Amino acid sequence: MLHTNLKHVASEQEFNELLQNNENVMVCCGRMGPMCVPVYGVMEEIESEYKHVAFRDLEFDGPHAHVIRSLPECKNFSGLPFTVYFKNGKVVKATSSIQSMEQVTDILNENFGK
Amino acid sequence: MDNNNYDVIVIGGGPAGLTAGIYLARGKMKTLILNEGTAGGQMVLTHEVANYPGVESISGYQLSNIMKNQAKNFGCVIKSNLKITGLNLESEVKTVEVNNKDIYTAQAVILATGGRSRTLHVPGEDKFKGKGISYCATCDGDFFQDKDIIVVGGGNSALEEAVSLTKYASSVTIVHQFDNFQAFQHAVEEAERNEKISFIMESKIIEFIGEESLEKVVIENQKTKETFEKEINGVFIFIGYEPNTEKFKGIVELNKWNEIVTKNNLETNIPGVFAAGDSIQKRYRQITTAVADGTVAALGAMEYINNLHALVQA
Repeated sequence: MLHTNLKHVASEQEFNELLQNNENVMVCCGRMGPMCVPVYGVMEEIESEYKHVAFRDLEFDGPHAHVIRSLPECKNFSGLPFTVYFKNGKVVKATSSIQSMEQVTDILNENFGK
Repeated sequence: MDNNNYDVIVIGGGPAGLTAGIYLARGKMKTLILNEGTAGGQMVLTHEVANYPGVESISGYQLSNIMKNQAKNFGCVIKSNLKITGLNLESEVKTVEVNNKDIYTAQAVILATGGRSRTLHVPGEDKFKGKGISYCATCDGDFFQDKDIIVVGGGNSALEEAVSLTKYASSVTIVHQFDNFQAFQHAVEEAERNEKISFIMESKIIEFIGEESLEKVVIENQKTKETFEKEINGVFIFIGYEPNTEKFKGIVELNKWNEIVTKNNLETNIPGVFAAGDSIQKRYRQITTAVADGTVAALGAMEYINNLHALVQA
């Protein structure tokens, strides 16, 4: 399990329900490593500001991580974490490796509004 | 505006900054920590901390959270993931501007901005980050199973990570800008003994090339200035750390490595401005040394403020 203060995606069913029940979703799929932890930190920091976005993390080595790992948008990715943004269940943006607060909020503002 | 007036502002929220926050807030100083990254600094990146006295084993992330909560519980305000956009440290009342809009003032400031991994700053590096370029072998090594990769660097991290990456990669080429390594001899020998590892010395990568992901690099020989292209699946960069002190250039005294120069009490050349942690000039950089620095700087800042008050009363 990822030791973050974010809500975790714990199963494929939970992931599907997450996309069905939320218009705007950001999922960070990673480990507790140097490139992933700062992204979780950014998500924790901005979660209360972006109440219209559901923030989740997902363990990269978990049995249900294929829901992110097998996305075509992540095909060329070779750096953790894989961070994927969904609007109405569809991928609108995906990034690989560490991202700054500015990079994350730019994507959120552009795709989900502030 | 009054709410933005503090006794001490700590810039940086790693172990040095958080420790300073704990000591200051517990000492009844109105304290604000302004942190450009995630609270915990590089400590959060450590998978397991096993040499922090009093704690047998803990993740860096958990230790960071405990320190953060300790500081908060004493009344310290912590603001993270922001941008410091202005500084005036030389006057008696110090000001710090955040995100081009909020101004905070204090009587003393502690600079505890830590350090970060160096990057090459060459074309294509940003584009292929996470798509062939990595700065973390344990994070991304398994994406390069049976692939050809390059490791850039000549220090202990580069040599040790090159050896560890041979678990996955079919070949590892170490590209180093000098004709000898800075790593310990045993690390060099271990790399030299490994059949999967080869070396390109006195050379630098000057460009990363590819479409969707990294496909090749341009390497330049530092002696002859000749260049050649090498097809490659991945590049891992381990060229050391640099202090986060750009903002302080021309304000506080820095040495030639851009580390902050301090006195014994960790005060800088500016009265009331202290520094602590990995951004200062020192030999060893550990969580424990950062914590010690944070303590000394906090006590120094408290003494400075108490002396200011005593002068006013006199």
